[in-house]
Amino acid sequence: MTIKELMDADIFTLLNDGNNHDTVLTGCYCCDLLSIAMGHAPEGCVWVTVMNNVNTLAVASLAECGCVVLACGVVADDAFLSKAKEQNITVFKTDLPVFDAALKAHAYL
Amino acid sequence: MNSNDSLHFQYVVSKDDFTHAGSASSDVKNKLKMMNVDAAAVRKVSIAMYEGEINMIIHAYGGTIDVDIYEDRIVMCLKDTGPGIANIEEAMQEGFSTAPADVINLGFGAGMGLPNMRNNSDEFNIESEVGVGTTVTMTVYFSS
Repeated sequence: MTIKELMDADIFTLLNDGNNHDTVLTGCYCCDLLSIAMGHAPEGCVWVTVMNNVNTLAVASLAECGCVVLACGVVADDAFLSKAKEQNITVFKTDLPVFDAALKAHAYL
Repeated sequence: MNSNDSLHFQYVVSKDDFTHAGSASSDVKNKLKMMNVDAAAVRKVSIAMYEGEINMIIHAYGGTIDVDIYEDRIVMCLKDTGPGIANIEEAMQEGFSTAPADVINLGFGAGMGLPNMRNNSDEFNIESEVGVGTTVTMTVYFSS
Protein backbone atom coordinates (compact mmCIF):
# COMPACT_ATOMS: atom_id res chain seq x y z
CA MET A 1 0.00 0.00 0.00
CA THR A 2 1.22 3.49 -0.81
CA ILE A 3 0.66 6.71 1.11
CA LYS A 4 -1.73 7.82 -1.61
CA GLU A 5 -3.77 4.66 -1.11
CA LEU A 6 -3.84 5.29 2.65
CA MET A 7 -5.08 8.81 1.96
CA ASP A 8 -7.76 7.45 -0.35
CA ALA A 9 -8.83 4.87 2.25
CA ASP A 10 -10.04 7.86 4.27
CA ILE A 11 -9.61 6.19 7.65
CA PHE A 12 -7.63 9.10 9.15
CA THR A 13 -7.82 12.88 8.76
CA LEU A 14 -4.98 14.28 6.67
CA LEU A 15 -3.12 17.11 8.43
CA ASN A 16 -0.19 17.48 6.06
CA ASP A 17 0.45 16.10 2.60
CA GLY A 18 4.18 15.36 2.39
CA ASN A 19 3.94 14.88 -1.39
CA ASN A 20 5.41 11.41 -1.05
CA HIS A 21 2.36 9.64 -2.47
CA ASP A 22 4.26 6.75 -4.01
CA THR A 23 6.11 5.77 -0.84
CA VAL A 24 5.30 2.15 -0.05
CA LEU A 25 4.13 1.60 3.51
CA THR A 26 5.85 -1.38 5.07
CA GLY A 27 3.92 -1.86 8.31
CA CYS A 28 2.72 -0.13 11.44
CA TYR A 29 4.81 0.97 14.39
CA CYS A 30 3.55 2.23 17.76
CA CYS A 31 5.83 4.09 20.15
CA ASP A 32 5.95 7.34 22.09
CA LEU A 33 9.53 7.26 23.32
CA LEU A 34 11.59 8.97 20.66
CA SER A 35 14.90 7.25 21.32
CA ILE A 36 13.19 3.87 21.07
CA ALA A 37 11.48 4.92 17.85
CA MET A 38 14.73 6.32 16.47
CA GLY A 39 16.43 2.98 16.91
CA HIS A 40 13.57 0.69 15.96
CA ALA A 41 11.00 2.34 13.69
CA PRO A 42 11.17 0.46 10.37
CA GLU A 43 11.75 2.44 7.22
CA GLY A 44 8.46 3.15 5.46
CA CYS A 45 6.30 2.44 8.50
CA VAL A 46 3.04 4.07 9.54
CA TRP A 47 4.18 5.49 12.89
CA VAL A 48 1.29 5.85 15.31
CA THR A 49 2.01 8.03 18.32
CA VAL A 50 0.58 10.56 20.73
CA MET A 51 3.83 12.52 20.85
CA ASN A 52 2.89 15.74 19.09
CA ASN A 53 6.03 17.86 19.27
CA VAL A 54 8.45 18.75 16.48
CA ASN A 55 11.02 16.23 17.66
CA THR A 56 8.65 13.47 16.54
CA LEU A 57 9.00 14.81 13.02
CA ALA A 58 12.79 14.95 13.24
CA VAL A 59 12.80 11.28 14.22
CA ALA A 60 10.27 10.39 11.51
CA SER A 61 12.44 12.07 8.92
CA LEU A 62 15.74 10.57 10.06
CA ALA A 63 14.28 7.09 10.49
CA GLU A 64 12.52 7.48 7.13
CA CYS A 65 9.09 6.56 8.45
CA GLY A 66 6.45 6.53 5.72
CA CYS A 67 4.03 8.77 7.60
CA VAL A 68 2.95 9.80 11.09
CA VAL A 69 -0.47 9.24 12.62
CA LEU A 70 -1.31 11.30 15.70
CA ALA A 71 -3.72 9.17 17.70
CA CYS A 72 -6.09 9.70 20.64
CA GLY A 73 -7.20 13.06 19.28
CA VAL A 74 -3.97 14.83 20.20
CA VAL A 75 -3.68 18.21 18.55
CA ALA A 76 -0.91 19.31 16.20
CA ASP A 77 0.05 22.93 16.80
CA ASP A 78 1.28 25.40 14.19
CA ALA A 79 4.95 24.64 14.88
CA PHE A 80 4.32 20.94 14.30
CA LEU A 81 2.42 21.50 11.06
CA SER A 82 4.99 23.99 9.81
CA LYS A 83 7.80 21.51 10.47
CA ALA A 84 5.86 18.70 8.77
CA LYS A 85 5.45 20.89 5.70
CA GLU A 86 9.10 21.90 5.72
CA GLN A 87 10.24 18.26 6.04
CA ASN A 88 7.67 16.88 3.56
CA ILE A 89 6.24 14.45 6.07
CA THR A 90 2.71 13.17 5.62
CA VAL A 91 0.79 13.46 8.89
CA PHE A 92 -2.67 12.16 9.75
CA LYS A 93 -4.75 12.45 12.90
CA THR A 94 -7.40 10.25 14.43
CA ASP A 95 -9.45 10.09 17.61
CA LEU A 96 -8.79 6.35 17.83
CA PRO A 97 -6.45 5.01 20.52
CA VAL A 98 -2.94 4.09 19.35
CA PHE A 99 -3.47 0.34 19.05
CA ASP A 100 -6.84 0.69 17.30
CA ALA A 101 -5.39 3.20 14.85
CA ALA A 102 -2.50 0.89 13.99
CA LEU A 103 -4.87 -2.05 13.66
CA LYS A 104 -7.05 -0.10 11.26
CA ALA A 105 -4.11 0.98 9.11
CA HIS A 106 -2.68 -2.52 9.18
CA ALA A 107 -5.89 -3.93 7.73
CA TYR A 108 -5.23 -1.92 4.59
CA LEU A 109 -1.55 -2.81 4.19
CA MET B 1 38.56 11.19 -3.47
CA ASN B 2 41.69 9.73 -1.91
CA SER B 3 40.95 7.45 1.08
CA ASN B 4 42.77 9.90 3.37
CA ASP B 5 41.00 12.99 2.04
CA SER B 6 37.79 14.09 3.69
CA LEU B 7 34.99 16.57 3.37
CA HIS B 8 34.79 18.43 6.66
CA PHE B 9 31.69 20.01 8.19
CA GLN B 10 31.13 21.57 11.59
CA TYR B 11 27.82 22.09 13.37
CA VAL B 12 27.16 24.09 16.53
CA VAL B 13 24.64 22.60 18.95
CA SER B 14 23.02 24.80 21.61
CA LYS B 15 21.71 23.73 25.01
CA ASP B 16 17.92 23.33 25.22
CA ASP B 17 17.43 24.12 21.51
CA PHE B 18 14.84 21.43 20.85
CA THR B 19 13.38 23.40 17.95
CA HIS B 20 16.44 22.72 15.81
CA ALA B 21 17.22 19.29 17.23
CA GLY B 22 18.11 16.96 14.40
CA SER B 23 18.99 19.64 11.88
CA ALA B 24 22.70 18.73 11.87
CA SER B 25 21.89 15.01 11.56
CA SER B 26 19.43 15.74 8.81
CA ASP B 27 21.99 17.78 6.90
CA VAL B 28 24.58 15.00 7.14
CA LYS B 29 22.00 12.42 6.11
CA ASN B 30 21.13 14.44 3.01
CA LYS B 31 24.79 14.84 2.11
CA LEU B 32 25.39 11.08 2.40
CA LYS B 33 22.35 10.30 0.27
CA MET B 34 23.56 12.72 -2.40
CA MET B 35 26.89 10.86 -2.33
CA ASN B 36 25.02 7.58 -2.88
CA VAL B 37 26.22 6.09 0.39
CA ASP B 38 24.44 2.80 1.08
CA ALA B 39 21.10 3.09 2.89
CA ALA B 40 22.12 0.94 5.86
CA ALA B 41 25.09 3.17 6.64
CA VAL B 42 22.98 6.31 6.21
CA ARG B 43 20.48 4.98 8.72
CA LYS B 44 23.19 4.12 11.24
CA VAL B 45 24.71 7.58 10.90
CA SER B 46 21.30 9.24 11.24
CA ILE B 47 20.50 7.38 14.45
CA ALA B 48 23.94 7.74 16.03
CA MET B 49 24.33 11.41 15.24
CA TYR B 50 20.77 12.37 16.16
CA GLU B 51 21.14 10.74 19.56
CA GLY B 52 24.41 12.59 20.08
CA GLU B 53 22.83 15.85 19.04
CA ILE B 54 19.93 15.32 21.45
CA ASN B 55 22.28 14.39 24.29
CA MET B 56 24.17 17.66 23.79
CA ILE B 57 20.90 19.61 23.82
CA ILE B 58 19.51 17.87 26.91
CA HIS B 59 22.55 17.28 29.08
CA ALA B 60 25.41 19.50 27.93
CA TYR B 61 26.01 23.22 27.92
CA GLY B 62 26.22 23.03 24.12
CA GLY B 63 29.06 22.06 21.86
CA THR B 64 30.19 21.24 18.36
CA ILE B 65 29.94 18.30 16.01
CA ASP B 66 32.80 17.85 13.57
CA VAL B 67 32.02 15.55 10.66
CA ASP B 68 34.57 14.15 8.26
CA ILE B 69 33.32 12.16 5.29
CA TYR B 70 35.94 9.92 3.68
CA GLU B 71 35.64 7.65 0.69
CA ASP B 72 34.87 4.61 2.84
CA ARG B 73 33.63 6.02 6.16
CA ILE B 74 32.29 8.92 8.17
CA VAL B 75 33.78 10.12 11.43
CA MET B 76 31.62 12.19 13.78
CA CYS B 77 33.25 13.92 16.72
CA LEU B 78 30.84 15.42 19.24
CA LYS B 79 32.48 17.66 21.80
CA ASP B 80 30.62 19.50 24.53
CA THR B 81 31.70 21.90 27.24
CA GLY B 82 30.31 20.11 30.25
CA PRO B 83 29.13 19.19 32.76
CA GLY B 84 30.76 15.81 32.02
CA ILE B 85 29.74 12.28 32.99
CA ALA B 86 30.80 10.96 36.40
CA ASN B 87 30.23 7.27 35.66
CA ILE B 88 30.47 6.40 31.95
CA GLU B 89 29.82 2.69 32.51
CA GLU B 90 26.51 3.51 34.21
CA ALA B 91 25.58 6.06 31.54
CA MET B 92 26.14 3.47 28.80
CA GLN B 93 23.55 1.07 30.25
CA GLU B 94 20.28 0.81 28.34
CA GLY B 95 17.51 2.43 30.37
CA PHE B 96 19.77 4.58 32.53
CA SER B 97 18.71 8.21 32.28
CA THR B 98 19.20 11.46 34.16
CA ALA B 99 16.83 13.42 31.90
CA PRO B 100 14.59 15.88 33.77
CA ALA B 101 10.79 15.62 33.74
CA ASP B 102 10.24 18.35 31.13
CA VAL B 103 12.51 16.51 28.71
CA ILE B 104 10.77 13.20 29.39
CA ASN B 105 7.48 14.92 28.52
CA LEU B 106 8.92 15.61 25.06
CA GLY B 107 9.43 11.88 24.53
CA PHE B 108 13.10 11.64 25.48
CA GLY B 109 14.77 10.17 28.53
CA ALA B 110 14.34 6.48 27.72
CA GLY B 111 17.99 5.90 28.49
CA MET B 112 18.70 4.78 24.94
CA GLY B 113 20.80 7.70 23.72
CA LEU B 114 24.33 6.47 24.35
CA PRO B 115 23.43 2.79 23.70
CA ASN B 116 21.89 3.76 20.35
CA MET B 117 25.03 5.72 19.52
CA ARG B 118 27.28 2.78 20.38
CA ASN B 119 25.08 0.20 18.65
CA ASN B 120 24.94 2.18 15.42
CA SER B 121 28.66 2.90 15.23
CA ASP B 122 31.34 0.61 13.86
CA GLU B 123 33.84 2.35 16.13
CA PHE B 124 32.79 4.21 19.28
CA ASN B 125 34.83 6.09 21.83
CA ILE B 126 33.72 8.24 24.74
CA GLU B 127 35.86 10.34 27.05
CA SER B 128 34.49 12.55 29.78
CA GLU B 129 35.72 14.65 32.65
CA VAL B 130 33.37 16.16 35.21
CA GLY B 131 33.49 19.94 35.01
CA VAL B 132 35.24 19.87 31.65
CA GLY B 133 33.06 18.05 29.13
CA THR B 134 32.46 14.95 27.04
CA THR B 135 33.84 13.95 23.67
CA VAL B 136 32.28 11.13 21.69
CA THR B 137 33.86 9.91 18.47
CA MET B 138 31.88 7.59 16.20
CA THR B 139 32.89 5.99 12.91
CA VAL B 140 30.56 4.31 10.45
CA TYR B 141 31.97 2.47 7.43
CA PHE B 142 30.20 2.44 4.08
CA SER B 143 29.55 -0.69 2.06
CA SER B 144 31.79 -0.88 -0.94
